[in-house]
Amino acid sequence: MRALAWHGKHDVRMDNVPDPEIVNPRDCIIKVTSTAICGSDLHLYDHVIPTMQSGDVLGHEFMGEVVEVGPKSTLQKGQRVVVPFTIACGGCYHCNKHQYSCCPNGLPADNQDIARSAYGQEMSGLFGYSHMTGGYQGGQAEYVRVPFSDVGPIVIPDGVDDDKVLFLSDILPTGWQAAEYAQIEPGDTVAVWGCGPVGLFAVQSAFLMGAERVIAIDHYPHRLDLAAKFGAERLNFKETDVYDALMQMTGGIGPDAVIDCVGLESHGLAFDNIVDRVKQATFLGTDRIHALRQAILACRKGGRVSMPAVYGGFVDKFPLGAFMEKGLTLKTGQTHVQHYMPALLNAILEEKIDTTFMISHRMPLEQAPDGYKMFSEQQNEVTKIVLKPGMAA
Amino acid sequence: MSDQQTDDAPLASSRRSDAPAELRETVAGGEGSTMSGRSVTINRPPAEVFAFFRDFSNLSQVMENVERIEVLDRTRSHWVVKAPAGRTVEWDSTVTHEEQDRLIEWAADKNAGIANSGRVEFEAVAGRGTVVTLTTLYDPPASTVGKVIAKMFQREPAIQARRDLNRLKQFLETGEVATAAVNRQQHEEDA
Repeated sequence: MRALAWHGKHDVRMDNVPDPEIVNPRDCIIKVTSTAICGSDLHLYDHVIPTMQSGDVLGHEFMGEVVEVGPKSTLQKGQRVVVPFTIACGGCYHCNKHQYSCCPNGLPADNQDIARSAYGQEMSGLFGYSHMTGGYQGGQAEYVRVPFSDVGPIVIPDGVDDDKVLFLSDILPTGWQAAEYAQIEPGDTVAVWGCGPVGLFAVQSAFLMGAERVIAIDHYPHRLDLAAKFGAERLNFKETDVYDALMQMTGGIGPDAVIDCVGLESHGLAFDNIVDRVKQATFLGTDRIHALRQAILACRKGGRVSMPAVYGGFVDKFPLGAFMEKGLTLKTGQTHVQHYMPALLNAILEEKIDTTFMISHRMPLEQAPDGYKMFSEQQNEVTKIVLKPGMAA
Repeated sequence: MSDQQTDDAPLASSRRSDAPAELRETVAGGEGSTMSGRSVTINRPPAEVFAFFRDFSNLSQVMENVERIEVLDRTRSHWVVKAPAGRTVEWDSTVTHEEQDRLIEWAADKNAGIANSGRVEFEAVAGRGTVVTLTTLYDPPASTVGKVIAKMFQREPAIQARRDLNRLKQFLETGEVATAAVNRQQHEEDA
């Protein structure tokens, strides 16, 4: 089959790879109908996530039609499903607590050593996201083997477009969880750093959870305009001092909750970020956290910090003093996708949440390498690329 | 460093040089100068985990380098372990002490060519299932067989024990052992 494979920094190609088969009893095979490039795929594209191997098939946002089922799968051939990017068994201690992204049962034991050393414990397996998360083949392909298909994938009713539900796989639950972790109270002002897809869903979710005001921070005017469509106020850090603006906009108090949707490749021209960039480029292994530093300094005393953004390693100059002295709370983590999928599917079907607004480009899977280049280089215009296997060029 | 353990830590996590000797005294038939201890929590009752473990022929499903384990009688078993170049190494092992649903102690017979003994304990924990604690004693590899055993343990018995315990957990909790293999052929090559 055809699949998008990683071969190194800024080198992804369409390769011929072996077709997947049922391996374990609870597996299914899906024929991919839609798959998206995630902002976190760009971290792989930029090679700032370790444990990648040449030939790894990428993609963790995907959906499709069930074409084969293992003896313990509860799905039926022909059903349309969206697949959560976190591979979770549904029956362990963590899954019972709905901490699906902490499930260790989908991560091959040999791959657990890396996370054990780096993080103290292993995390869940993920599709198409390095060998530390299992080395699973991803969904930017014609077919995918899906483990634990009896508990993971969610069945989509007939007649609902792929584009409306595809983002249940990752970014919609991730944005929703980010807003939930901000513990929004009525009347709150919430500031969101980064208006990529997760940030835009966090903006939408924050309003649905009762935020009075949402302030969106980015440097891409088009992305800020999308946030404004949902009622957010815009701050462009290229032309505005973000801290000063936030203080003036909140009566000197600061936002009640701040959400970092930027992550380890934070942009910004401040001195701390330039030092971080040098260290990252020379593989000293520090993540760039300029946005997070700014968010912590701006957050009101006793406020909440929510961090859906992806970090992989260590950080420098984390403002721990400000964090402690102001009595902040931080909540973060990979998304417990399975926990949110059913309610968010209903919200989509009831048209309470719009997901299609952020899709800027649809293209055939065969053009995926061009898609990565575009997404990486034109972040103002390119907000989300959906790849469709078999679509006419 | 004091020559007596003064805290409540598991003996196998001690840094004291005489800790392995003390541990050896607690394992029936215990032999081996190096120790490792690992535990895993399995969301199943102790009776079920014990029963699976006690039928040693099951363990080749979760132990990476074990080709098969033949049960000879109630206490003795024959272990066939993969070696480089398609070879295998074999030895007999004896259960030296056991308590139903609670613990099993074993020691390899002298024919193993290298000391290898230990204890596995099963403890019920409310709401979480069973904590399985595996404590092993072994000699560092010197002989040919020792090198094979080192390979079996990937040079670091503690890591191998953790991997094997995690596979045990996966199998008992989900009915399968996680693999990223895309097809059956790749799965067999990985095995």
